[in-house]
Order: sequence, then C-alpha cells, then structure tokens
Amino acid sequence: MSSTETSRTPFDPAVLFKAVFLAVVAVFVLVPLLATLLGGFKSLGELRVNPFGLPRRWEWQNYADILFSSRYWQLLRNSLIISTLTVTLTLIVASMAAFTFAHVRFYGSSMLLSYLTLGLLFPAATAVLPLFIKVRDLGLLDTYFGVALPQVAFSLAMSVLLLRRFFKDIPYELLEAALVDGCSYIKFFRYVTLPLSRPILATVGTITFVNSWNAYLLPLVMLNTDALYPWPLGIMVYQGEYSSEWHLILAFITLTILPTIILFLLAQKHIVAGLTAGAVKG
Amino acid sequence: MARRAASVSAMDVAGELPQVAERGPSWDGRLTVLILFLPPALLLFTLFVVLPIGEAAWYSAFNWNGFGRPTNWIGFDNYRFVLETRAFWLALRNNGLIIAVSLAIQLPLALTLALMLAERFRGAVALRMLFFMPYILAEIATGLIFSFVYDGDYGLVASIWRSFGAEPPHLLASTDTAMLAVLIVVVWKYFGFHMMLFIAALQGLDKSLIEAARIDGATRSQALRHVVIPLLYPTIRLSVFFAIVGSLQLFDLVMPLTRGGPADSSNTLVSFLYNNGISRMRVGYGSAIGVILFTICVTFAFTYKRWFMRDE
Repeated sequence: MSSTETSRTPFDPAVLFKAVFLAVVAVFVLVPLLATLLGGFKSLGELRVNPFGLPRRWEWQNYADILFSSRYWQLLRNSLIISTLTVTLTLIVASMAAFTFAHVRFYGSSMLLSYLTLGLLFPAATAVLPLFIKVRDLGLLDTYFGVALPQVAFSLAMSVLLLRRFFKDIPYELLEAALVDGCSYIKFFRYVTLPLSRPILATVGTITFVNSWNAYLLPLVMLNTDALYPWPLGIMVYQGEYSSEWHLILAFITLTILPTIILFLLAQKHIVAGLTAGAVKG
Repeated sequence: MARRAASVSAMDVAGELPQVAERGPSWDGRLTVLILFLPPALLLFTLFVVLPIGEAAWYSAFNWNGFGRPTNWIGFDNYRFVLETRAFWLALRNNGLIIAVSLAIQLPLALTLALMLAERFRGAVALRMLFFMPYILAEIATGLIFSFVYDGDYGLVASIWRSFGAEPPHLLASTDTAMLAVLIVVVWKYFGFHMMLFIAALQGLDKSLIEAARIDGATRSQALRHVVIPLLYPTIRLSVFFAIVGSLQLFDLVMPLTRGGPADSSNTLVSFLYNNGISRMRVGYGSAIGVILFTICVTFAFTYKRWFMRDE
C-alpha cells in the first residue's frame, strides 16, 4: 500500500479511511495521557468543569509541591535501588549461565537449559505466598534484596535464552584459538564475549529494568515499611490519602511516569528489540 | 523431555543442541566454568521459582496462616472450598472475558494497525511509538489514570455525560459496568505490544512473495488475504499465546481500578488469590488458588503448543 506517496491522486477513499482510523486510535490513546498531564495543572474546581481543555490558570504549585517533597524522591530512589540491583544481578548471573550453555559442552546441558526455560511458563502469582514465607525465613523481608532476588530469579529464563542465542553467534574458532594461546574460558568470557555482546546486554538490561521498575505484586508482598516502597506502591498509598483530590493525584502520576517515558524515549530501540527477539524467531 | 520443554522460545532453542563438539582443548578449564558459572543461576531459579511452586502444592493441603510450621492437614479441602466459592467462578469468568476481548478486539485492531504502520510514510514511526506507549507504562499508573477517566465526579466520562445533561454514572462502582470498564483499559494498554510484534514480523517478510502475487494479478486485498496473512500465521499464533497467558495473570491493572470489586464482580484469578490468600494470610487457601492458576496456565501452554505450534 504505497498509495500515500502518490499524493498527486486527488482523492483516494482508502487513504482517507486509513487517516481517520489512525486518528481515532491516536485520540483513544492520547486523551487519557494528556488529560492526566494537564489535570495536574488545574485546581480541583476547574478539573470538575473543564477536565479536557487547557487549564485557564496554570497551577504550577501542584507539581512544585510534589517535586519539592522528599516523599517523591524517596519513592524514585527506592525504585532505582531495587531495579539497579535486579538488573545488575540478572546480567551477571544470566550471562555466566548463558556463556556456559553456549560454549561449554557437558553432559546434561540441554536438560538443564530446558529446566531453566520452563520458567517462562510459570505464573509468578502461584509462587508468591511460599515466596513470602521463604523470604521471611531467610530474614530478607522488608529489604531491597527480598524484592530483587525473586525478581532476578523470575527474569533468568528469558535473559539466559536471549543471551545464549547471541553468544552462540560468536565463532567457536575464536574461543578455540584463544584457548590454544593459553587464555582461559573465564578470561575469554570477560574480555571477548562480554565486550562483543553489548547490544544484547543492553536489551536484556533494559527489559529487566522496565519490568522491575513497574513491578507491583512482589514489592507489595515483600515490603511493609513505607520508607522502602518503590513508586508503584507509593503512588497507591498517595492515592489512598488524597482520595478525591484528583488534581494532586494526577500531578503525582505524571511525575512518576515521567522517568518511564524518558527511559522509553532513550532506549526504545532496546525495548522493542527485546520484546520482538523474545517472540519472533529468526 | 528437552523437546517437550514447554514455552515457545524454549522449544525453539532446546531444539538446536550445541554443535560445539568435544574439541575444547582443556577439560579443566571447562570444569572450572561449570563449577563457577552455572550454580548461581540454577540456585536462584530453583530457590525462588521452582521450590515455591512445589511448596504451593504442599501448603495447599493445610489449613495454615503462615506462622509456625503447617500442621493442620486437610487434604484437598482447600480446593473444595475454592471451587465452592462463587467469587472464584466470577474471577474465572472474568479471565475468560479478558481473553475473549483480547482475541476478538485487541488482536484484530493490532493487526490492522500493523498493516497500516509497517509502511514508510510521514508520521508512521511516531504513531508506532505513540501506540506502544501504554505498554511501557506501569499497570498501576495505567489503572490510576483510568480510575480518573472513569471517576463519576471529576472524570472524563462523567463530563461527557454531563454535557448531554445526564447524571454521570460511577462506572467502577457498579457491578454491571466495572468489568466492562476494566476490559477497555486492557485493550488500551496492550494493543500496542501486539502491534509491534506484527510490525516486526511484517518487516521480516520476504517482499518478493507479495510482489509475485501482485504481478500475477492479485488485487491488494487478495494479496493481503492469501499471501501476507498466511505468512503471519506464526506470529499470530504467538500473539494469541501471549494474549491468553497474559490475560490469565492479569492483576496490577485491576488493583488501582476496582481491587476486584464491587462485590467481586471484577476479580481476576490473581486478584482473587491476593484478596483471599495474601491480604488475610490464608496460606493454604491462597496456595490452592495458585495451584489452580498454575494448572490452567501449564495445561493451556502445552495444549496450545501441541495443537497449534507443532510445526515450529
């Protein structure tokens, strides 16, 4: 359908239909987002009579109050700590395992890999109650690690698969030559495999980060102290406290999804690559 | 066993066994790697994923609040209690509704958009990113945004209602409309993900097949129906798989919208599990729900794999 380029044609119903269709979907997606952003700039009174339009008076104070509150930054800090822990551990643990599965032949290799990749199937909710008890027994309840370690475990299956597929493309001859020259597997991993694999490491890292940054159920179960809450938990508490003061809640929502949107714009290539690599083969 | 290994990509990868022959110069080096590199992943995975799932099955046989050791063995009674609860069947029905909407509305919408946006034209990339944006947002944020949209006093829907001079409804507070409201958010949130899968697949298609069809006299819609769509079948099957597995596990989106209410009318299996098992620490009962969810997911995955994805 390259008809859009032939704009000399005076009227093409297909193009018109397409434009209208895309516009309708765009409005469907955009309106809730824009209303949230703009709603944060309104007073509660104005929000009620004018929820769609531009604010008549821009209430910068709504946003300023949140930006100058320690609460907001504490939530972001907690989320950042948990997500960074999760990503770092996932990348280390998964890349080591993926390297072994890609380059070291041993008895039971395929069985262990299948065992690990079964994890793609398991619903996290099934494990969450026993996981709570286990984390409690390990003394990790109400700690960042109590959230991060299960998150790492649940992200391993996909990460190992993606990394292994990439590692396998590094020619075995390269490893062989290095080994003959007296290089060890571990050095090869550290000085050849990892540097060559930056794109896939970035992809796996970004996906893991987004998942961890947005996660709700695990932190909800593992954390009891407000001071440790990541932002999805914090924003639910905030909403509970300010139940119908929607102008403040909307400003708070906008400011908490802002980091996500910035990350997305910076790393969209890696995010999309990760999703489609996990799904589409070849 | 390796070949049966469930998941989509897992199968795919497990199939192509390492072609690296036993020609590694040093066995010692390999042993060191095996000892150092594999255990962390296997240990974490076993400890935090596999064991808890086994333990869920074990705990489900007890009447237990999670403190001390489980001692009050009641066999399959928890399962009986779950199956006798009306709210469980409501939750199951709701998961069914989410799956139905995903398959009947979301995927066709995603496919249509992908066909439109896979071509190059001004604004195509921007629109792709815009449509993908809801997927990137946290479920919690999405849920809160829509609880504003649906709010009966301040929300967008309410103001549209008022502009017609009608008394605005509280959609999320009514057992008749709460689930419908949730379903709309599900479409809003996830259609972009499936669109991206389709776009990626379309860009990977062999264009010469489509050109050949056109040269042979096929109209655009014929080429679409008889060439492009069949070439997309593998991706469509995958997309259906993701939609169903995702629908079965939906939770985060429901919490900020309705918490499963009113009167359990918008519970999903996981919010039902949360509200009964975790909020009240009824570990045995909650674990039974978890095991039922697990059984549904795994049975579905294996059946689907077997029936629809055999050739992949």
